[in-house]
Amino acid sequence: MNWSTDIMLALPEVILLASACALLVIDTFSKDSGRNITYGLAQLILIVAASVAIYLYTGETSYAFGKTFVSDPMSTMLKVVVCIISLIVFLYSHEYLKKHEWMQGEYFVLGLFAVLGMMVMISAYSLLTVYLGLELLSLSLYAMVAMRKESQAASEAAMKYFVLGSMASGMLLYGISILYGVTGTLELNQLSHMLAVQTEQNILLVFGLVFIIVGIAFKLGAVPFHMWIPDVYQGAPTAVTLFISSAPKIAAFAMAIRLLVDGMQPLLIDWQQMLVILAILSMAAGNIIAISQTNLKRMLAYSTIAHVGFLLLGILSGTEAGYAAAMFYVITYALMSAGAFGVIILLSRKGFESDNLNDIKGLSDKSPWFAFIMLILMFSMTGVPPFLGFWAKWFVLKEIVDMGYVWLAALAVVFAIIGAYYYLRIVKLMYFDKAENMTAIKASRQMRLALSINGLALLVIGLMPGFLMTLCLAALIK
Amino acid sequence: MIVQAIFYIFAGLLIFSASMVITVRNPVFAALFLVLSFFSSAAIWLMLEAEFLAIALVLVYVGAVMVLFLFVIMMLDINLTRLREGFASYLPLGIVVALLMMIAMGLVVGSGYFRTEGVSPVVSHAPDYSNTTELGKALYTLYLYPFEIAGAILLVAIIAAIALTMRKPRSTKTQQPALQVQVKKEDRLKIIKMQSEQQQ
Repeated sequence: MNWSTDIMLALPEVILLASACALLVIDTFSKDSGRNITYGLAQLILIVAASVAIYLYTGETSYAFGKTFVSDPMSTMLKVVVCIISLIVFLYSHEYLKKHEWMQGEYFVLGLFAVLGMMVMISAYSLLTVYLGLELLSLSLYAMVAMRKESQAASEAAMKYFVLGSMASGMLLYGISILYGVTGTLELNQLSHMLAVQTEQNILLVFGLVFIIVGIAFKLGAVPFHMWIPDVYQGAPTAVTLFISSAPKIAAFAMAIRLLVDGMQPLLIDWQQMLVILAILSMAAGNIIAISQTNLKRMLAYSTIAHVGFLLLGILSGTEAGYAAAMFYVITYALMSAGAFGVIILLSRKGFESDNLNDIKGLSDKSPWFAFIMLILMFSMTGVPPFLGFWAKWFVLKEIVDMGYVWLAALAVVFAIIGAYYYLRIVKLMYFDKAENMTAIKASRQMRLALSINGLALLVIGLMPGFLMTLCLAALIK
Repeated sequence: MIVQAIFYIFAGLLIFSASMVITVRNPVFAALFLVLSFFSSAAIWLMLEAEFLAIALVLVYVGAVMVLFLFVIMMLDINLTRLREGFASYLPLGIVVALLMMIAMGLVVGSGYFRTEGVSPVVSHAPDYSNTTELGKALYTLYLYPFEIAGAILLVAIIAAIALTMRKPRSTKTQQPALQVQVKKEDRLKIIKMQSEQQQ
């Protein structure tokens, strides 16, 4: 084992861990009550980690630390995307923390540790590292949800998230232990090999697989393991909801690919069927329940569940092009979700969360530009061409139709059309209803700029989706 | 023969104490039975020649975690009668679900898969063999990466605990004589000129 090459491969993680620890100390001694130093350094760390990941990119698949760590095109791509999304999230969150006078340096430190957890999950090559990365991510998120002490809703959300999250981790761990008991290995490649060889113990392996699927479905938020999502999204401070709803979904996607594709490809037929059920239920429940919501955050939570259903469609197609389509979908979703919660943060003021559907009424009178940005976000989530969300749905549907699941694609389109109702209702509220109060929007220049770029990106990338798709394909086709 | 007998004693003790943990009514007893089950599993680990793990289990779980746990139980005033409300009405449904799950899992996991034939017996080592050294070597070479992540998880737990529980220092009402003697009349008294009330 050569240590220097191993550490070089994991340099983004090493840098992130070391600098997050340093940032913790700097934050403790910083006299700056605005936490601008902590915030600036956190952003710098993310940029450095992403640049190092790009710099180290070779296009080859290499392993490190006794094959517990893998560096391949997919890991580089997803790590960079996670860093960029977290960068946007931190920018919006800083605005939120400032507006609501809730400036805590720990938000950024815990956020960085969560990003570290995501990176570990993305380049995990052993069941052990998958689990540890997931725990690192989840633990940081539980704490971030609960950090707003005076908010009862946040405490309740954190408790629900923690209890259900621990259950899901336990399930995942149980599945891992069964797989380990049968195959005697934790390494994903070897596991896949052993699964291909062993056929007489199939039932026991599928039994273990069920628990793994439960763990993944919980982290993604697929029905029927979605119970935590609406409560946590609504109860958590918007800055934390924004974080939970964006980057961790990318990590959960990476976990699904690592476990199901890298580790259990021989059981494709089995997990395909399970994912079909999860996907249909998620799309149905997400889109239908979202219609009756009056709280914007809760509505977006159900919309997340519906999007997860679409994401699962891409994974269950079982082809590399399908996984690439799913990756395209999850990146698109993270961008859209960050933008939508960004708009909620933009409209909020101290003591006013602006998370009700009524609060968005008449936005076009108050600020035509941000009403337009929200329009782009909602159209993109609906899947209206030429926005990015359309292409995400298009690629996924194309893959499953190619695989012969025409009925599933038709069902997905029906649910997407049902979903269009509640997205377009927001557009109606913004443009055709009168505002209840005309308080001007107060936001910093960088917030306005970032949100505009975020919204326009959906339009611009949507006009030329080939570029992002090429990247996704390059990341997944071996 | 004698080794087998010892194993069965401790295994039986483990199963007994583990089932007592979940059936006993008093939470303090439940915690103490949990201590007993940790001890018996530590004994089984010792028989597998995993001395370090056995001692770590006793030191960490029995010595530290369970003592803390007992403190928590004693500090929390849990109303058990409220917790047990509705137990009888949920019981039939619970039993049916549990039985179904047990049968289903038993059919799948049941016999056949976990036989002892395939498992090799414990390898005995010479007296100078150090379990601790071997564990250390494995942890810091083969499992270095997972080990470091576990360290990061513990660090996050510490940060989270402090971030969640630390509050601003309370403003106490202590007297500060040095400031008190410096007080001037203007600091305390404010003379306001106002119009006298007019009769209507």
